[in-house]
Amino acid sequence: MLSNFIDATYIASGLMFILALAGLSKHETAKKGNAFGVMGMVFALVATNFAIAYTDYANHNLQPASAALLYGAIGIGAVIGIWRARKVEMTGMPELIALLHSFVGAAAVLVGFNVYFDNPNADAFHTIEVFLGVFIGAVTFTGSIVAWGKLNGRFASKPLTLPGRHWLNLAIVIALVLLGVWFVATHSIIPLIIATILSLLLGIHLVAAIGGADMPVVVSMLNSYSGWAAAFSGFMLDMSVLVITGALVGASGAILSYIMCKAMNRSFISVILGGFGDDTTAAVAGEHGEHREASTADVARLLSDAKSVIIVPGYGMAVAQAQYPVAELTEALSAQGTKVRFGIHPVAGRLPGHMNVLLAEAHVPYDIVEEMDEINGDFPETDVVLVIGANDTVNPAAEEPGLPISGMPVLKVWEADTVVVFKRSMNAGYAGVENPLFFKENTVMCFGDAKASVSAINQALPARV
Amino acid sequence: MDIGVPREVSDTRVAATPKSVEGLLKLGYDVIVESGAGALAAFDDAAYEAAGARIGSAADAWGADLVLAVNAPAEAQLALMKRGAILMAFLHPRQDAALTQRLAELGITGMSMDMVPRTSRAQALDALSAFANISGYRAVVEAAHHFGRFFTGQVTAAGKVPPATVLVAGTGVAGLAAIGAANSMGAVVSATDVRPETAEQVESMGAKFLHVASDQGVSSDGYAKEASADYAARAAELYAEQAPKTDIIITTAAIPGRPSPKLITADMVASMKNGSVIVDLAAQGGGNCELTRPGEAYTTDNGVTIIGYTDLASRLPGQASQLYGTNLVNALQLMTPEKDGVAVVDFDDEVLRTMTVSRDGEVTFPPPPVQVAAAPAPAVAAEPAKEVAVKEPKPPRPWWHQVLWVGVGSLAMIAALTFAPSSLVGLFGVFVVAVVVGYYVVWNVTHALHTPLMSVTNAISGIIIVGAMTQLASDNWTVKILATIAVLIASINIFGGFTVTARMLNMFRKG
Repeated sequence: MLSNFIDATYIASGLMFILALAGLSKHETAKKGNAFGVMGMVFALVATNFAIAYTDYANHNLQPASAALLYGAIGIGAVIGIWRARKVEMTGMPELIALLHSFVGAAAVLVGFNVYFDNPNADAFHTIEVFLGVFIGAVTFTGSIVAWGKLNGRFASKPLTLPGRHWLNLAIVIALVLLGVWFVATHSIIPLIIATILSLLLGIHLVAAIGGADMPVVVSMLNSYSGWAAAFSGFMLDMSVLVITGALVGASGAILSYIMCKAMNRSFISVILGGFGDDTTAAVAGEHGEHREASTADVARLLSDAKSVIIVPGYGMAVAQAQYPVAELTEALSAQGTKVRFGIHPVAGRLPGHMNVLLAEAHVPYDIVEEMDEINGDFPETDVVLVIGANDTVNPAAEEPGLPISGMPVLKVWEADTVVVFKRSMNAGYAGVENPLFFKENTVMCFGDAKASVSAINQALPARV
Repeated sequence: MDIGVPREVSDTRVAATPKSVEGLLKLGYDVIVESGAGALAAFDDAAYEAAGARIGSAADAWGADLVLAVNAPAEAQLALMKRGAILMAFLHPRQDAALTQRLAELGITGMSMDMVPRTSRAQALDALSAFANISGYRAVVEAAHHFGRFFTGQVTAAGKVPPATVLVAGTGVAGLAAIGAANSMGAVVSATDVRPETAEQVESMGAKFLHVASDQGVSSDGYAKEASADYAARAAELYAEQAPKTDIIITTAAIPGRPSPKLITADMVASMKNGSVIVDLAAQGGGNCELTRPGEAYTTDNGVTIIGYTDLASRLPGQASQLYGTNLVNALQLMTPEKDGVAVVDFDDEVLRTMTVSRDGEVTFPPPPVQVAAAPAPAVAAEPAKEVAVKEPKPPRPWWHQVLWVGVGSLAMIAALTFAPSSLVGLFGVFVVAVVVGYYVVWNVTHALHTPLMSVTNAISGIIIVGAMTQLASDNWTVKILATIAVLIASINIFGGFTVTARMLNMFRKG
């Protein structure tokens, strides 16, 4: 009966997690979704705790030490988690997410080892599950740590390209397969420990080879891995709630990776194998044509005459922390009757949906923030486009063949009457491709720090209205 | 250069207003306005003088280097023009080839304001749209004038008044303007067009879009089919059905240079209520209604007033002149990049090229087609880059490919599960279903919420805590310690993930 109670609770929890994800389909229902997630978690935790306590009580074997450890650990975890979550800057969101992934990976490794310690001589299937669970958990753990380091600048964001790196990866994978066979055959801890170390190294190497701007894909991929790691733990422990949740998270991360790759017109494999940029030097040409510069006063004048404005932010906006002045500008323009909208490229920023969160933080209403596909047809009717810290996502060269970014869907900002590009310098973007947008007749460049420039425009605006 | 603005012979409009004169002066030109040119549009000579123009005779105005007019000049006026002068007016080169020829013979550069291409850059000089807008508004005013009742519904002490029903056929600029005007007067407005994609604009103006019933199986891939005889028949059904119910019909389906399509038949007019009004904005081309008499308004035997005025825009002369004057200033801005009062007709500028019908003694009509997709700037990537092999698109895999793989995969799975412990098989079923459910649920997540999606999946993957909790009960202290660490980090995930998700979701707000 107790096991039925537990299973039933787990089914209910799994259902609530599904509702949590379903709630995120719309802004209106998103908060409800989060509440479902919390409720599912509470159900699962309380029921598990109750079942353990009740079993111990029935067996007259109460374990105060375990209980103290449990509540102590949850308490500490809660304090750290809530503290980090409240303190984090929205620009620092990708790092936090990456770090949280690493925790799931680490927990999966620990749970895997525990399963082994509890019953070293389990049947072949459970042994394989332990092995796979530890492998995925370990890769997730170190991969996420490296991603976290690259995102917050502790590690170089440049791709690390060891000679023969693909062979190295292949060698590790083959070694892991052999270790797996050894482990299943002997149930010895030695192959498990070696495999864990190799998996940790593989995780480091895999992510180190990927450049900073591909991190949206990597973070989504690690999200997916953390799900599969949880699912494997579920198989090891015969716990349906872990399997359900792991599968949901795994599918979610996989879809996000797919969306990101699609938005860059690159195959998942090419992103994961990393080293983007080294085979593209041929395409990087010197300066082409003349660009025109505009002062912030010129831009302010342009904006006060415009009827419709689209703002295209990129990672540069996050780096410069320019979202607040941008929001102010939006408000000022809306107040004078200008139609202001935002066009977001799916891979803008360092996390799927990162720009949306940044703009929301600065109180930009979400209904004027639109996706690439929604807004791409509207550029011809737009007076002014402000490109703030975006480069490759607005590069018209993507429509030409033979470049690293060819075929990548881009925001067609150049179809607007005037494009203002906020940029620090004339450097090429992440993909190393010269951006012909900067030399178009209807483009003006506004050099300098995005935050300072936009603030200056805000200052200049009211006088003109 | 001098700009001459003559008085129009049989039109209330004028090609420059005191306000647009200021714009012309700013571009460096001198302006001569014929005495009385703006009288009918309520601009007197003093106002032009105050704006900085000189007042002169007809000969002065027509004799200027650059002449701005509304209508095409007659021979008598052409005789007053200088050789080498520029004339900007509605020259109708499609309909009036003789005039174009004559301009070329006289060495006059003719720039026709009805030839402005419909590109976004040229919008500011699109006089046709400006006049269409005015005509649409005026059509409603004319209809209201002839209609014996209120537009808006009212409940009065003397009884309830139903609102007037208005049907607008053709939702171009004029049609949309008519919708806006009728709607703001309180009428119940519906509209239809051969282009179903205009439905959104129609609805944004506050009218209901009536779709012409489409056959099953007719693809919507183009106009060719939709404009077919079959389509016309179905559209006619729609009009026939609406006519008896509608108080006011405004038709705007004009095709430049061709007879207007007949949308409203005599039978439909006969079916309308006594007192109804039809305003036919396409009267110039013969009218959309079979009974329209171009240029006049009359009432049929069954009491339907049919208005076929062809000069609706001229009936708002002040407004029309002001918009047209601004269009001309914008055109001259393109022609005067240096703002030095010297007009240059640059044939590399496709807007100017398209407008020009004669130059240097030669007829330059028809213009080359406007390139819609402008060629990318010369700055585009280096040559060698283009030689990098353009990958051939892979041929699509045969359909059985996928079926084969699913079959092989299923067999492998069945084989593996047959030998697995039975508890695993059940779990595996749960797993597969959960993956499929997750797949469909996550595709529905809006892009804007992808970051909260990641943080909430982070939080729920902290569910691994329940595994660690059960292991915490173990007697083995190694297990206990590892489990404690696992519980600790998993709970960071749970609490951190949900908190940060809630924080983000609270930030999203609707405008």
